[in-house]
Amino acid sequence: MSGAEQDTTQRITMTVNGEVRSADVEPRTLLVHFLRDQLGLTGTHVGCDTSQCGACVVNVDGITTKSCTMFAIQCDGASVQTIEGLAKNGAYHPMQEGFWEEHGLQCGYCTPGMIMSSIALLERNPNPTEEEIRHGLEGNICRCTGYQNIVRAVQYAARKMQEEPVSAD
Amino acid sequence: MFPSSFAYHRAASVADALAQLDANEDAKILAGGHSLIPAMKLRLAMPSMLVDIGRIPDLKSLYVGDEIHIGAMATYNEIRDHEEIASLLPILPQAIAVLGDQQVRARGTFGGAVAHADPAADLPAVFAALNGRVRVQGSAGEREIAADDLFVDLWTTSIEPNEILTEVIIPIPESGTRMAYAKHPHPASGYAVVGVAAVVPMRDGTVHDARILVTGATSKPTRSTAAEGALNGSVLDADAIAQAVAVVAEGLDVNADTYANVDFRSHLLRVMTKRALESA
Repeated sequence: MSGAEQDTTQRITMTVNGEVRSADVEPRTLLVHFLRDQLGLTGTHVGCDTSQCGACVVNVDGITTKSCTMFAIQCDGASVQTIEGLAKNGAYHPMQEGFWEEHGLQCGYCTPGMIMSSIALLERNPNPTEEEIRHGLEGNICRCTGYQNIVRAVQYAARKMQEEPVSAD
Repeated sequence: MFPSSFAYHRAASVADALAQLDANEDAKILAGGHSLIPAMKLRLAMPSMLVDIGRIPDLKSLYVGDEIHIGAMATYNEIRDHEEIASLLPILPQAIAVLGDQQVRARGTFGGAVAHADPAADLPAVFAALNGRVRVQGSAGEREIAADDLFVDLWTTSIEPNEILTEVIIPIPESGTRMAYAKHPHPASGYAVVGVAAVVPMRDGTVHDARILVTGATSKPTRSTAAEGALNGSVLDADAIAQAVAVVAEGLDVNADTYANVDFRSHLLRVMTKRALESA
């Protein structure tokens, strides 16, 4: 039978931000820990242990995903995008630009997940109302800002992306 | 916590998955993972093996034939984005919009919600209100389980440990059926403190065979036969709704917790019943 036994590691391979990466993991290694500890991509954060805070949000095979609620081994063969993969040739993604221009952060801990989630939100709904933005970001908790500037950042990005669509990765 | 160690098997087919379940007593099925993995991180679940059914193509089916077929791995977003299913069953996109969050809606599955049977989840009650049934496969063969026979207790269904839910089947509602889902979400978790799923068929302006399902207030999705009785034969006007609301909690074993005691929960149950029936 294929698959790893308990307590033994297995080689997995996935594309992360366009680069093929391989490593050995235990089946129980969460994707977030694989990204942070084994690949050194520490932009993705761990903010809770109940899958509620959204600080760990990445994109797996085009699907917005809480990387703390997926095992790395499930992503064998998958394509993963993290916050580190957004900027292209030194140019910020419009969502990153929006969070900068509208000061959508204070401590920055929720921010990578907030940005990744906001991009997913605009993919489904390119021109959301304020209520739709707030509802869409219910899976991302911010303890600092009170969300007002986060909403403004998403609105900024929505306007920018409607004028200049971002090409798919 | 880190989950406890387990072996992982990515199943290529339902038969392959079933063989693993038969060979490993403590194995659990991994679908969307957004109920199971959080439980494993708290070590409330410690399966010795996970059988990942997420890449089995057969389980992604989503189509309308004589009935509505929703494969076990169809995600919440895929379901609400399916125009025909969403228009035949408007209670589905309505309930999906208020469950979980973006990431849960992107990866979580209808099949998983029904098999997991969380007492505060939304879709099990919606599934039961729609009089759905599940198709399950075991190595001995296939069978179907009707919603009224499926939910046994908290997180417990009549699906056997070595069976896999492969499909949710929902009859196409007769035209003129009114349906809605109303929920009072817990402010921290978003789960239903009380949820009411109402599916009210009408013929010549008169209600028949109403199904009013309660979640969050009971240990499993439970029909309010009292509310159903008040609605059947009525014209679903304000008086009929008021009567149904007055009796909805009768015969129900309403639970209590630190957020809502029995009285408050029963009150919320009446409010959600009113909202569901008025917006249906």
